[in-house]
Amino acid sequence: MRKLKLLFSGLLFASLLQAQESFPVNGVADKRDGCYAFTNATIVKDAQTTIANATLVIRDGKILALGAGVAIPKDATVVDCKNKYIYPSFIDIYSDYGITAAQRAQGGFNFGGPAQLTSNTKGAYGWNQAVHPEVDAVRQFVVDDSKAKGLRDLGFGTVLTHVKDGIARGTGAVVSLANEKENMVILKEKASAHYSLSKGTSSQTYPGSIMGSIALLRQTYLDAQWYKNKPAKEGVNLSLQAWNDNQTLPQFFEAEDKWNDVRADRIGDEFGVQYIIKGGGNEYQRVKEIAATKATYVIGLNFPQAMDVEDPNDARAVSLGDMKHWELAPSNPAALEKANIPFCLTVSDLRDQKSFMTNLRKSIDMGLTETKALEALTKTPATLLGVYDKVGSLETGKQANFIITSGPVFAATTNILHNWVSGKKYAIKEDAWSEVKGNYTLTINTVAGPIKYALDVKNASTANVIGKDTLTGRFTHDGKMVKLSFSPVAARRPQAPAGGEAPGAGGFGGGRGGFGGGAAATQYRLSGVSNGNYWSGTGEDTAGNKLTWSAKLDSVYLAANNDSTQRRRMGNQRLAKVSYPFDGYGWEEAPKQESILIKNATVWTNEKEGKLENTDVLLKDGKIAKVGKSISADGAKVIDGTGKHVTAGIIDEHSHIAAASINEGGQSVTSEVRIADNLNPEDINIYRQLSGGVTSSHILHGSANTIGGQTQLIKLRWGANDEDLKFKGSDGFIKFALGENVKRSTATQGNNRFPDTRMGVAEVLNDAFARAKDYEKAIKLDPKTRRDLELDALVEILNKKRFITCHSYVQSEITAALRVGDKYGFTFNTFTHILEGYKVADKMKVHGASASTFSDWYYYKVEVTDAIAYNAAIMQKVGLNVCINSDDAEMARRLNQEAGKIVRYGGVTEEEALKMVTLNPAKALHVDNKVGSIKVGKDADIVVWSDNPLSIYAKSEKTIVDGIVYWDREKDLEQRKKIQAERFRLTQKMIGEKRTGGPGAVRPAEPSWQILLSCGDHEHEDGLYTVEMHEGESKDK
Amino acid sequence: MKRLFYTISSLVLLCASAQAQESVYPAKEYKGKLYITNGTVHVGNGTVLENATVEVNNGKIVKVGTGIAVPADDVKVFDAKGKHVYPGLILPNSDLGLTEIGAGVRASNDVSEIGDFNTNVRSITAYNADSRVINVLKGNGILLTSVAPEGGIISGSSSVVQLDAWNWEDAAYKMDAGIHLTMPSFIQRFGRRGGGFPGGFPGFGGAPVDPAKQALDRVEAIKNFFREAKAYLQESSHANTNLKLEAVKGLFDKKQKLFVHGDQVKQMLIAVDFVKEFGFEVVIVGGSESYHIADLLKANNIAVILGESHALPATEDDDIDQPYKTPAALQKAGVLFALNDNSANTRYRNLSYNAGTAVTYGLTKEQALSAITLNAAKILGVDDRTGSLEVGKDANIVVSEGDILDMKSSTIIMAFIQGRKVSLENKQTQLYDRYKSKYGIK
Repeated sequence: MRKLKLLFSGLLFASLLQAQESFPVNGVADKRDGCYAFTNATIVKDAQTTIANATLVIRDGKILALGAGVAIPKDATVVDCKNKYIYPSFIDIYSDYGITAAQRAQGGFNFGGPAQLTSNTKGAYGWNQAVHPEVDAVRQFVVDDSKAKGLRDLGFGTVLTHVKDGIARGTGAVVSLANEKENMVILKEKASAHYSLSKGTSSQTYPGSIMGSIALLRQTYLDAQWYKNKPAKEGVNLSLQAWNDNQTLPQFFEAEDKWNDVRADRIGDEFGVQYIIKGGGNEYQRVKEIAATKATYVIGLNFPQAMDVEDPNDARAVSLGDMKHWELAPSNPAALEKANIPFCLTVSDLRDQKSFMTNLRKSIDMGLTETKALEALTKTPATLLGVYDKVGSLETGKQANFIITSGPVFAATTNILHNWVSGKKYAIKEDAWSEVKGNYTLTINTVAGPIKYALDVKNASTANVIGKDTLTGRFTHDGKMVKLSFSPVAARRPQAPAGGEAPGAGGFGGGRGGFGGGAAATQYRLSGVSNGNYWSGTGEDTAGNKLTWSAKLDSVYLAANNDSTQRRRMGNQRLAKVSYPFDGYGWEEAPKQESILIKNATVWTNEKEGKLENTDVLLKDGKIAKVGKSISADGAKVIDGTGKHVTAGIIDEHSHIAAASINEGGQSVTSEVRIADNLNPEDINIYRQLSGGVTSSHILHGSANTIGGQTQLIKLRWGANDEDLKFKGSDGFIKFALGENVKRSTATQGNNRFPDTRMGVAEVLNDAFARAKDYEKAIKLDPKTRRDLELDALVEILNKKRFITCHSYVQSEITAALRVGDKYGFTFNTFTHILEGYKVADKMKVHGASASTFSDWYYYKVEVTDAIAYNAAIMQKVGLNVCINSDDAEMARRLNQEAGKIVRYGGVTEEEALKMVTLNPAKALHVDNKVGSIKVGKDADIVVWSDNPLSIYAKSEKTIVDGIVYWDREKDLEQRKKIQAERFRLTQKMIGEKRTGGPGAVRPAEPSWQILLSCGDHEHEDGLYTVEMHEGESKDK
Repeated sequence: MKRLFYTISSLVLLCASAQAQESVYPAKEYKGKLYITNGTVHVGNGTVLENATVEVNNGKIVKVGTGIAVPADDVKVFDAKGKHVYPGLILPNSDLGLTEIGAGVRASNDVSEIGDFNTNVRSITAYNADSRVINVLKGNGILLTSVAPEGGIISGSSSVVQLDAWNWEDAAYKMDAGIHLTMPSFIQRFGRRGGGFPGGFPGFGGAPVDPAKQALDRVEAIKNFFREAKAYLQESSHANTNLKLEAVKGLFDKKQKLFVHGDQVKQMLIAVDFVKEFGFEVVIVGGSESYHIADLLKANNIAVILGESHALPATEDDDIDQPYKTPAALQKAGVLFALNDNSANTRYRNLSYNAGTAVTYGLTKEQALSAITLNAAKILGVDDRTGSLEVGKDANIVVSEGDILDMKSSTIIMAFIQGRKVSLENKQTQLYDRYKSKYGIK
């Protein structure tokens, strides 16, 4: 037995033969050419070319010849591949095979803890611990046969491996999955360079946000360019050196989400790089945007598992978006194929690698063609990596990397039998090589003479013995060894145990139903060796008599031809629809711009005409076309405004919705980061705020640091992509912050980041602008001066091309900021929060600043102990441009009411109060020429209210942006019904999965957390399934 | 003849040279008669009386209605013509006087004690009657609140206080009225406030915890506590005095209510179970999902103090106005409920506007008013003394320029607690005056 096993694994010894020349041999030289001929096979050379009844000849690990009628070398070992298929083995382009996963250093960022401001990496490397382009996977790569086997079993022969850690990750190497010395498996040492938005194990504080990662990458591109001239002041920087060296390689970007795909591509566009993008599996949700990146994608097949939603209370927490994604995720590859987006497939995301083929089949069922699937696993990755001359198809001269399968490779019943890597065989399912299924004649040579039985073998573990009756026995056939035990007489009915029954006569049948008595006492136990059609061996009967046996194949069953057309197609099934956004409230069909006539309403113009009764407003081509009496509809959709109030859309000067990250708190000055780099157009709060009449929101960086990031003004175009969300043609702004937050007052474990006092905050400002002035001069003198994105933004401020909105509370810090502005000749455009603005309103007026404040917040932290609800009224009466903002996703839905409070606290007129949430913020944001009032020629950003808009009883019935009705209270009611119906359908489907899918088919329901980003300044009311995130926090890895 | 007429204008902010709120004194006791005349009187129980008068004697309401004659006597008369007269608003659950500055100033907070079963901890003993929030709230019509401790599983007892007092003993309106229990959560939250990430998130190690199982284990521990308390209380003498067990006697005697803090359906169902097993009078505090089980709450006589209505929907797919319309759902099912404002940013001053929003989304104005007056009084067990403008009750009254539920008309012009006319001045009005003076604003 032991001997036999050794014999079968004998091929493994061949590996020694391929050791490289320079290695000494211990023993007698045993060089072999490894020449094989695989005959009678269906050879799939590549996705387009299949040759029937062909031969493949290999030698020395390379393909020597292939085709029909190829001559077989005399020294070739011939392997008959009748009924078998041969494919090029697969390539996984996104592996970390042979690389030890990086461990996160102790410490890391802690919201309450001290900051790590510099890199912990020792050596002549760059400043940021997450940027390590100098890491070469090939130097860390170690063959790991247990991991290799897992991949080979799936049909892979080659992988691109790299260190999956950090923002700039270094280079990847193409290696084969052979179990040989490292030297022999490396196909390409440096085949790729890798990037991501995740800082991974870096414990350095910066960057702590997606937009920070983007800024860091952009700056590094600039730094590397600058470093090419070997600037003396930089010394030797091995990181920048490596960055430059890596640029000629294919550039991979791990984006992992549809919007990150787009974000990554934009970085590439800026620096002339076309990334190959590792997607997140949700690309099908935004195919148009994905196609526009023109990138090739690497796509995983990690489809979400169904959830256990039988308990309605658990089900409630799972969003329709997540349920739809569960249903549609397998359609991702098909969606890419349909849109002609090139892609490769990877197993790297799978929790359970073994599900790769099952999941791939799901994708094929949902429309992915087998041709494209094969290409995505062979030619596409090989071509991207520049190794198509070696792997990726079966052609003369290429590596002998191929798999032998029992049928078409993607068919459900097909087994991968062998995986040959560099001409070396790795058996995957040897037992399935010979079709064991068939009718055999079994001859048992008993002491009484030979007895013949018919043996009906169903598969490698099930067989019936047919004598007088059909008997099932215990049967195994592992390709070489056969075991069979059976009792020649069937148990037909239970009988009383007979005293004479021989021990061990329990026989087969799993103990079910007793049998015994008489002839049933005999049982045969046989074991032997299979030689394909003929098996033979020895055995014993119950009496202990030794015997021999043999079995001979009479007739074979041919493997069913698993043509893809036989597969159950899912085309007829009802499936979720892709909506924009991919939320419950997303549009399946986006609302369109219309000509709209609102008739006979009370119109709050915010212009000198004031409030006009019984007035019509005509919207056309996205603009306000006419305001007046008895305007003719002229084909426009008419809305009866009788009893209704019409105002300009609300503009929220201070908002944190619709972004993937808000705070880059890694440093005190981060003017290089931009909210625009990470807009999130799928935030449900966009829709919710439309319901409160909001049409534009100024998305601000948080208040974690003195000079925060660049802000982005958006319009609430629900359903648009990130780029189309932007308020086009608006001036750039930037967020500053003063006081408690920037000095990290809540850092429970102490603050080590300058500043720690308001004195220091003022000096951060002084220093930043002093540096900016010097920088501006230096660039003028010498254009080769290092470009600094941080200072670029500050120079824009000095040149009145970028404007500040400054988080501030107390009079001392406000005054100090004003004086910095005076000193460097710039204006603080807006002070936001500004709860002590009333104390220095006169100074602000002289300076020319706007104020954007809360109506009635107070006393939630020390610096607001003097906050008063009369603040806005005082500032307004002193003559400031005063806005009321939200800084809160909930309150933003009620900004009209917040304005109403200013009537109550300080007696501002209703019309002036309304301006505080419409025209005044438009002025503060320099867009009052486009929005903020009802004036002919301005954008058709309009709200139709059920009541006086300053009343708590007012509801927005319609909120219109650019002449498009994005919020319609009646349509919303329909939408709710649709959500309910679709949720019901998908819940039932998941429950079905639980009932039919067997154990482990579902995972516990995972609530779809709504992530609410905030500046970290104050409390927000978190709903049950809402969680707040601040700087450095992330639910992502 | 000392008949005094007060006109509205002379009442507003008498203090010209503002100091700090130290200059704002609790009002002196007034035992005489007092008339608030000609106002639109919102009784609090659904009734509205136009052009009506409220007569107060010795701090109690003695008459409410039209045609009440004002005697030419030694009485105070306040003309409320064109104004609205309401019962003093009741903030039904708060940390007022316990949390001074929530963020960053630990020393100013006395709201959360160490330990899981702090039944014997009494909020009233730490109530700071000089908290700077108190005078602001009066300016928004809030005259009473229930002050509750937080933290642990059983946080301690709450007391109802009136907001015009020198110290906590003066302030106490009903002491130790309720025991507060935070029902274990059936959801494992993550993030800064939730503490830790659930095992389900990729990249975060640790064995996944089944939050439901964890919750049920803790529920069993709570039940055991009450079972042992019940047994302990049946014997009058003990070798070892147990203050924690003694402290829940009122729950079994129905002299106290059990305030169960929780938002999730399952948390509330467990609360129903507490009613069944121990016979407690139970009030849900929070209850954002209460609209799912309104009929069950009604059937089990469980009242609800809803958390702030000005909240985001709990889930992405929820009706976007769900928190706004939850009060109407409870009303429809006949559940006794009060509305609350627990906003940490505005420090609870927007209680009446939370009620106003409930009107926009389905309640009548008088129903919404009850939800911040009479219903709250019933739930807190003080409806025999306050919550409505009915004969025999304390004269806890606010007078507003207009509709108190709508911000733009809700300026409070007078307030009375137990017949004492309280000052509406506070630090904010003082600073307002100070800077109006600086800028010469009228």
